[in-house]
Amino acid sequence: MAMQPAEIEALIKAALPDAEVTIEDLAGDGDHYAAKVVSESFRGLSRVKQHQIVYAALQGRMGGVLHALALQTSAPEQDTAR
Amino acid sequence: MSNPTFDRIQADITENPVVLFMKGTPVFPQCGFSARVVQILSHLGVPFKGVNVLEDMEIREGIKAFTNWPTIPQLYVKGEFVGGCDIVIEMFQSGELTALLNEKGIANKAEA
Repeated sequence: MAMQPAEIEALIKAALPDAEVTIEDLAGDGDHYAAKVVSESFRGLSRVKQHQIVYAALQGRMGGVLHALALQTSAPEQDTAR
Repeated sequence: MSNPTFDRIQADITENPVVLFMKGTPVFPQCGFSARVVQILSHLGVPFKGVNVLEDMEIREGIKAFTNWPTIPQLYVKGEFVGGCDIVIEMFQSGELTALLNEKGIANKAEA
């Protein structure tokens, strides 16, 4: 049932090559993860759209083999804003 | 689009200003993620309709396709999908959820 963090990261990166992905195993059971995904392609999109992009990258595993993946998504902070 | 399940979902989110598709009931949530959203809505004093997807397989699968969202809970405000557990928590913490409720004219305790 469980998924390895590297597998999750690989799927996300396949869809979002520029993404910075941080994955935390919350319960140590390989089944409850928190992921932080930072990608330029999120810029200007609503959170719902950002999460939908990540879910699409996981190709149906979310809610299936991947029971719990807490998601936090954002676009990289711009250095130019100073 | 003649999908009877989608029609039922559409009717629910049209007739009720705030709808939470969840596992269990508002009084007795049966999943930690659903419970957290219930907690936030209760804290804000927002009246909402809870739809227990565990009692209805058609809605349970239908809502995922309807929203294009793979998980439960799902929060709808005035017919619009707001988010799942993570987004609702983030919006609550940042004050965006209260702003959204006020903007949509939903009474809540945080109203200034």
